[in-house]
Amino acid sequence: MKIVLAVFVLLTAVAYTVWLERKVVGHMQNRWGPTRVGPFGLLQPLADGIKFLFKEDLTPPHVYKPLYIAAPMIAVIFALTSIAVIPVGNTVTIHGITTPLQITDVNIGLLVVLGITSIGVYGVALAGWSSNNKYSLLGGLRASAQMISYEVSLGLSLIGVLILSGSFSLRDIVVAQSGHFWGFIPKWNIFYGGQFVAFFIYLMSAYAETNRIPFDLPEAETELVAGYHTEYSAMKFAMFFMAEYANMITVACLASILFLGGWNGPLFGPAWLQMILPVFWFFLRVFAFLFLYIWVRGTLPRFRYDQLMAFGWKFLLPLAIANLVITGLVVALKG
Amino acid sequence: MLHLIIFLVFGAICVAGAVNLLVQRHPINSALSLIAVMVSLAVEYLLLGAEFVAAVQVIIYAGAIMVLFVFVIMLLNAGEEERTRGSKVAIVIGIPGMLVGSSLVAWVLLARSGASSVEAGALWGDPKSISRLLFHDFLLPFEVTSVLVLIAIMGAVVLAAKPEQGQQTREEA
Repeated sequence: MKIVLAVFVLLTAVAYTVWLERKVVGHMQNRWGPTRVGPFGLLQPLADGIKFLFKEDLTPPHVYKPLYIAAPMIAVIFALTSIAVIPVGNTVTIHGITTPLQITDVNIGLLVVLGITSIGVYGVALAGWSSNNKYSLLGGLRASAQMISYEVSLGLSLIGVLILSGSFSLRDIVVAQSGHFWGFIPKWNIFYGGQFVAFFIYLMSAYAETNRIPFDLPEAETELVAGYHTEYSAMKFAMFFMAEYANMITVACLASILFLGGWNGPLFGPAWLQMILPVFWFFLRVFAFLFLYIWVRGTLPRFRYDQLMAFGWKFLLPLAIANLVITGLVVALKG
Repeated sequence: MLHLIIFLVFGAICVAGAVNLLVQRHPINSALSLIAVMVSLAVEYLLLGAEFVAAVQVIIYAGAIMVLFVFVIMLLNAGEEERTRGSKVAIVIGIPGMLVGSSLVAWVLLARSGASSVEAGALWGDPKSISRLLFHDFLLPFEVTSVLVLIAIMGAVVLAAKPEQGQQTREEA
């Protein structure tokens, strides 16, 4: 039941993140974005979905078929699976049954997300390779190199948070961030314990991991046609598209949980409102993070590839290690 | 009971992946079956209760090391291997020998050494106890191993750096 609901919500969120992106980027570029289908173009994702379903599914003759077909599935399956351990709110009680708003609460939730997303790389890499096309291959190579490089700093940026909260469970991490210090500043990790640096590193690595501008080298259309998904059409292309946006949402959820205090927020009103408010606060943060994504996309140009690698290895990685050492020292001296 | 069934299923997947790894002629298929082996091993760890080890197995082996393998195969664009007849000695002696040897090892381990098999989910493998083992009880071997890895990295750098412009290359790397 929860799984069906979560998948439904996630897929809808994916569709409407696409809509949001087109709309926001449109306004940033002084255009309207989608307006024709439904009010404010709200039915556009539906129309896109139908279009993807009815498009002709071309398979070029020179591809390596088993992997060519499997690659988009790998990408989308692992992108959607990682949502399973993400808590979207505190527990709710309906008819006396209390359930956490999460498909499953595992002790090592964060590691599960990292593991699943790290396997998702294969979707992109294999798509690039099996298409048997220069542009695709370059895109796939770039994607895997970039993801390996930035996963290191991504992982290191999370360790500071783990040291502060002392648990891998996403629920415990959120609970550790409840309350205030100095009376008014919320005890979120981004403010507390100097994890602002870690948030910055996480943000940068997350852009790179999800192949978004300014790090969207794997699909840089000006140099690589469309990168790893050049040879894909119809629903297979849509799968890559969905995987990308689902990854964005996962990253946004993780950012809200790890750095922005999860579902912590002011609670007021009757009991039913108090039950829904945490979810609202959580989704507000996710929305803000996604908006930041789109904002950056509408603002920044693309990095050059060597700049991307230099930035990852020579700047983010030392910064992440320094942050880790300092956080560890502070916690050890305090405790 | 369900645990046991899932355990056996993933054990079978693991062995099948390992066999497939050897049989496949294309390097990328072999690499992919190795990934399947790694992931199903992780599931086995998870079923035994060692969840941290399972997660680390997926992140490090399937997520990092095998990506590098696939990366290199893609980069070199290695083609299909030629199938040789193989030596007759290997088929006649090697395969039965391997079967006998492995069953001997299993028998010795299970019956002679006093070790017993573990119930599914019986191991206690949370991060805290593992880190206590690593950084407290076995700190010295752990650190010595990390120095060993460091030496291997230095060796790779020395081998990769070209002697005539050694300084230059090291800066670029």
